[in-house]
Amino acid sequence: MIAPFELVRAGSLAEALELLESDPEAHVLAGGTALVLLMKQGLLRPSRLIDIGGLAELRGIRMNGDLRIGALTTHLEAERSALVRRHCPALASCFGTVATVRIRAQGTVGGNLAHADPAQDPPPMLVALGAVAVLESGAGRREVPMEDLFVDVFETSIGPGELLREIVVPPLAEGARATYVKFLPRTEDDYATVSVGAVLRVDADGRCADVRVALGSVGPTPVRARRVESALRGERVTPARLREAAMLVREEVDPIADARGSAAYKREMAGVWTERALRALLP
Amino acid sequence: MPAERLLSDLLRDDLGLTGTKIGCGVGVCGACTVLVDDVPVTSCLLLAAQAEGRSIRTIEGIADGDRLTALQRAFITEGGFQCGICTPGQIVSATALLERSAHPAEGEIRDWMKGNLCRCTGYYGILRAVRAAAEASA
Repeated sequence: MIAPFELVRAGSLAEALELLESDPEAHVLAGGTALVLLMKQGLLRPSRLIDIGGLAELRGIRMNGDLRIGALTTHLEAERSALVRRHCPALASCFGTVATVRIRAQGTVGGNLAHADPAQDPPPMLVALGAVAVLESGAGRREVPMEDLFVDVFETSIGPGELLREIVVPPLAEGARATYVKFLPRTEDDYATVSVGAVLRVDADGRCADVRVALGSVGPTPVRARRVESALRGERVTPARLREAAMLVREEVDPIADARGSAAYKREMAGVWTERALRALLP
Repeated sequence: MPAERLLSDLLRDDLGLTGTKIGCGVGVCGACTVLVDDVPVTSCLLLAAQAEGRSIRTIEGIADGDRLTALQRAFITEGGFQCGICTPGQIVSATALLERSAHPAEGEIRDWMKGNLCRCTGYYGILRAVRAAAEASA
């Protein structure tokens, strides 16, 4: 049973920001798949929800050099969007691996990020792509790199009175390739044991011109694999070198033991799946 | 209506539309699937207020009176159910799939339907039924 609360519907973005400012304890309702579940389980008992679900200005996908995804765009819309598929097929397929079609149809891209569940799919992919979160408040707008958005489990750097408005995904550099892979040893709709978002650009000499790797489910936030990246940048990317670099990720992740594996197992799998992700990106 | 009313409770308890089932209650099993503006959602995780002003279709609204749809007939002929508790959710989900994509590829069917759990059939009958319904509309 959900404890009683007051539901206030915002008719515009400005009104939503006013409501947020006047009641910093209020929670924001978008698709509700995560929030309503937490409330059903008694883990969250907000006295007031601000329903932003009807705000058309926060919905939709557009291109202006960068790909801009409105926070209220559903995962299903993002997954099927011709713009997203053209801009970055790996991102479209990443959205398509979130939970099940019903959750994708209801849950929003922004809600997923604001929820900051470390086992979610889009965060590591968006970190690897160098995406930016656009936050809006009564005081104005600020942009936060995706990797700085996540502070801890279920905790973000979205401040009181701020609303996640959209995410901005820059285009891949010429010749760069991206992928998202996840390891699901139990069922297809489970949370990942480990997931990897990666972007790799190899120049004409076979050297790594640029690389970005981020992992999900193996730490309190998405984990940027900086040691892996610096071991590869500027180096000739042979399969042996890739493997050696990928294994460095085992010292960067901080997994917990759960039904999806022991901490030691997840650490090992982080190395294996980082290598697989990078190998898939070799020209 | 209280703000905390879930769509699944509104349908079952207030409107008596008990075809929509409650299984897991946490958004995993798919027994409570209904269509909101033709898109399948988890009605046990949707506040009824979120559906205000939108079109809701439940299992009760799939058949035309006593005339079953090709999909419903295929569930019977292909053995797409045993105990029946997941069946409304399976039919509602598959109906949305076939409305979007009249001839879905095998991978599309499996991906779309993976959110509807069944403990009896082993799924093969369900997949056969969806394929048969798609072929019947060819």
